[in-house]
Amino acid sequence: MDVLLDNLDLYGPGFLNTVELFLISAVGSLVLGTILAMLRVAPVPVMRAMGTAYVTIVRNTPLTLVFFFFALAFPALGIVTADTFGGSAADFFYTAALFALTLYTAAFVCEVVRAGINTVPVGQAEASRALGLTFGQMLGSVVLPQATRAVVPPMMSTMIALLKNTTIAAGFSVFQAGAISANLAERGENQLIGLLWVAVFFVVLVIPMTLLQRSLEKRWSIAR
Amino acid sequence: MRVRTLAVALLAGGLALTACGKEGGAGDTGTAPSQQVAADVKVEGSPTFDKIKSRGRVIVGVKEDQPGLGYKDPTSGKFTGFDIEIAKLVAAKLGYGDDKIDYKAIPSAGREQALINGDVDYYVGTYTINAKRKEQVAFAGPYFTAGQDLLVKKDDTSITGKDALKGKKVCSVTGSTPIQKVKSEGLTEPENIVELQTYSLCVEQLEQGAVDAVTTDDAILKGYASQSPTTLKVVGKTFSNEPYGIGLPKEDKALRDKVNDILEEAINGGAWQAAYDATLGQSGSSADKPVLERY
Repeated sequence: MDVLLDNLDLYGPGFLNTVELFLISAVGSLVLGTILAMLRVAPVPVMRAMGTAYVTIVRNTPLTLVFFFFALAFPALGIVTADTFGGSAADFFYTAALFALTLYTAAFVCEVVRAGINTVPVGQAEASRALGLTFGQMLGSVVLPQATRAVVPPMMSTMIALLKNTTIAAGFSVFQAGAISANLAERGENQLIGLLWVAVFFVVLVIPMTLLQRSLEKRWSIAR
Repeated sequence: MRVRTLAVALLAGGLALTACGKEGGAGDTGTAPSQQVAADVKVEGSPTFDKIKSRGRVIVGVKEDQPGLGYKDPTSGKFTGFDIEIAKLVAAKLGYGDDKIDYKAIPSAGREQALINGDVDYYVGTYTINAKRKEQVAFAGPYFTAGQDLLVKKDDTSITGKDALKGKKVCSVTGSTPIQKVKSEGLTEPENIVELQTYSLCVEQLEQGAVDAVTTDDAILKGYASQSPTTLKVVGKTFSNEPYGIGLPKEDKALRDKVNDILEEAINGGAWQAAYDATLGQSGSSADKPVLERY
């Protein structure tokens, strides 16, 4: 308990930052991932190829490397530098972390959504096309609403993975839960207890997500 | 859409470019004359030493990314540096030659736990002695006294010391003591603090001009400065006192006293100076002999 109370200045801002990173990149990746999934089922071959290429490349790159590109490699190559964001190092690294997390998670979200789309019987799509709906209308009002039901559990798993992935940002100059243990070590606190508290807080963060998953499943369940 | 393809191409290009980071030329310091291996060493009442005896080998915790102090050559896998020389010296006086030492690279954050778990017999790696740490582990030494300093570009005249850091971007390792000090003393604005995984990354950022200064103990910085003497320099105004000790299991007073005896003999004899001259001394700076704190 002492480890926690003596270091509230680490735990408080650390976890607030983690939650903030998580929320922004969750929204970002859900939107981008859904767009990517639409690309992958589009009737235009070029679009499909793009979606596939994106998912293949990003999903097969370790997240640490994705971070490395955004935080260190791109500035070195002069693509984006801290000056692009008004020159403050902290803002730059925070933005880099958001980009890395969003783009990486989007690839996973895309695949989950696509799996959901595949659960909708082809007849549904054919019927809506026969009624004269456009591709966009068909996806938006017939297929995606039904697909959403099927993807609640795997989507929540992806989001929980994202929450834990945010800790990688600690190595790239973003202060959050992942940086707590390193700070504690230098203060001479007991690492094991410090990390246990970090784990406890992560569990506390995951519980509401699990509950949300349950209630959504109940609410959206349909008799098949 | 074309943007995405371009981004993909850039990603691939970036991979190729970053894959060849800075390697080689690091830690090419000489090695100190090897120590006479002591025979029939007895350390009464030391559980750690009994463990070493039954194993027949010593396991030493070290750093692997600090040129001049504790550095692992990525190609040969050999460890070099001042900390490594001290580790060898202690092992030799305990009766174990270079061929009977196993090095275990352990980063700062894992040091206490490694000693508590018994993963390593003792730890030599820029380990600052302080009261809080003494609650978890024991220290022999100090065998070296360092101080927090700044590494800047050779042609940088604006950063003269810790009070000239306002508005400058400062880099150090995530959560490390030096960066916590910069934060708590407000030496620079919070938005100008950069924390990365290793000092090597910080030094790379400095060379690219992405940060203005790297801060940590002068001993570590000297190692980097001696790697790139034409582009980097250590400011040379230390603003803290960091006595480096050898980390030991907390309850093992017998071994602690023994290691202190070994260090004392090395400092008063020529072994300590020889180890320093062969490693950190290569950067051209001299060091004062430390004074042991027995407890």
